[in-house]
Amino acid sequence: MSSSPQVVAPPVVSVRPVPPPLESEGQQRRSVSAFLWRLFREKPLGAAGGVVCLLFLLAGLFADVLAPYGFNQINPMHRLKPPSWEFLLGTDNLGRDVLSRCIYGARLSVIIALSAASLATSISVMIGVVGGYIGGWVDMLLQRFVDAWMSFPGVVILIVVVAVFEPSMPTLIVTLGLLFGIGGSRVVRSAVIAVRENMYVHAAQSIGASTRRILLRHIIPNVLPAVIVLFTTTLGAAILAESSLSFLGLGVPPPAPTWGSMLSFSGRMYMFQGPWLALAPGLSITLVVFATNVFGDALRDLLDPRMRGSR
Amino acid sequence: MAVYATRRLLALAPTLFFASVIVFVTVRLIPGDVIDMMLSQSDSSNALSREQLMAAMGLDRPIWEQYLRWVAGVFQGDFGKSLWSGTAVTEQLAARLPVSMELGVLSMLCGLTIAVPIGVYSAVRQDSMGDYVTRSAAILMLSVPSFWIGTMVMVFPSIWWGWSPPVEYTRFWDDPLQNLKHLLLPAAVLGTALSALTMRMTRTMMLEVLRQDYIRTAWAKGLDEPLVVLRHALRNALIPVVTLIGLQAPLLIGGAVIIEQIFVIPGMGLLLIEAVGQRDYPVITGLFLVFGVSVMLINLLVDLSYGMLDPRVRHR
Repeated sequence: MSSSPQVVAPPVVSVRPVPPPLESEGQQRRSVSAFLWRLFREKPLGAAGGVVCLLFLLAGLFADVLAPYGFNQINPMHRLKPPSWEFLLGTDNLGRDVLSRCIYGARLSVIIALSAASLATSISVMIGVVGGYIGGWVDMLLQRFVDAWMSFPGVVILIVVVAVFEPSMPTLIVTLGLLFGIGGSRVVRSAVIAVRENMYVHAAQSIGASTRRILLRHIIPNVLPAVIVLFTTTLGAAILAESSLSFLGLGVPPPAPTWGSMLSFSGRMYMFQGPWLALAPGLSITLVVFATNVFGDALRDLLDPRMRGSR
Repeated sequence: MAVYATRRLLALAPTLFFASVIVFVTVRLIPGDVIDMMLSQSDSSNALSREQLMAAMGLDRPIWEQYLRWVAGVFQGDFGKSLWSGTAVTEQLAARLPVSMELGVLSMLCGLTIAVPIGVYSAVRQDSMGDYVTRSAAILMLSVPSFWIGTMVMVFPSIWWGWSPPVEYTRFWDDPLQNLKHLLLPAAVLGTALSALTMRMTRTMMLEVLRQDYIRTAWAKGLDEPLVVLRHALRNALIPVVTLIGLQAPLLIGGAVIIEQIFVIPGMGLLLIEAVGQRDYPVITGLFLVFGVSVMLINLLVDLSYGMLDPRVRHR
């Protein structure tokens, strides 16, 4: 097999410098824990908000285990009972346990808020990155559309859309996602515009990197802090919007226990006999939305100092 | 100023166009439903065929032609007729609009009365205990659903003191005092929700202005605190707060929809909920458009007044 002289290939000299080792897993873990430490040290209220959000998430996940009764377990013997050891938050007009309904309500809120906020954030990133990076007439058109969309009060858009389609969970999630996604695109767009003019983006452009690569490798990772903050604040806004709609009777149809419908159906009709009916769901909404707001604000201050004090 | 106003008006045109498309498309997503509903409603004696009805409503034309017809109608003040009562939508809107406007203005005034003094205090005593408490309270106010506060305001006073807010609407011209009695409480509830943002904005702007040279000069002249804070600082800090009124317009109108429902105020919000309940599409379309356009007009007015208050804006 040595008909031709076997030339030993010279070792390929790499022109590319060996890339520095990426952050090892240990380092990454340390940076996450360092961030959490900073959060707790510098923003105790925000950290508390984060903890409440986590508890709320867990309550939603483990509603079956946590709730002492079923959410629709009707008990005519115990109608409109005030809070007691048996029913910690009392019972409603059908004898259903308010605490259990609140916990199952958390599950619905978790599902709707998480999916709506994820959808919204993806839409925001798409519109914001395209408009902000490409600019020109595309951006102009997109911005006019966003302006027009933003001039409709969110509640009105929700009411009209839910009225056109029947109220259901998917309708609700898609509408909330569109509503907050289009509005939030402004935040992403302004972050993209700020990042776009950085030296490393120009460098990537000058060596002929594709737009796709620039967007995925340079732009999006650098607007991520703004996106995370946007996601957190959208969570709270989505919960608030969902409960407003449920309150108006346009949310997830009964007998599903949502905090908003608990306030409007049993809450408003029977609240003179049972004022506790009006308290528990309202407090749940307030607590969770407050928690996401302070958590979002703390994240903003730590991750994205440019946006401080805005909103 | 004229140039600035013209430019601002021209910028409104594309936004208005998109807004009309949004309204048109959203409501036209359901033409089949309307037809089916009308067919099921009409008695069989004078029953029109599906095609005849479609043609009568212009639904057999291409979509862009439908759009143009609709826009032309709107420009002539023709929003169509209510499917149920048969009255012109414009007539219904005209009856409800002043009520909502009054509620909106009152809420805005309530919001500013709460927000501005607290914002100023918070800035002047930056990082004090009071500042920290008011800032947290502002976030809390952003989080409390106004429909919950509204509900509680309806319930608890009547349980504790046997007093409940009036729910019978009186027109302002008939009995101004009774009218205000009815609207003041809802306006306060709505205003509180709005005040959180204004409070934050006032604080931020005051902090910025208080660091300016002319404030130091004012202090150096030996002026006392109220004069420096109120006369020199607040006047300049309030200019950007005006913009916030425009930004809050959608929140205000959206909040009013819910508050009107709770306190039974016959404004546009209550009309919307009624129309949605009856699937009265012409009314929904009309309201949807009026809501959007009023937000745009408020923003236009805000921008123009901003240009008047702060000459630097005009020359950007």
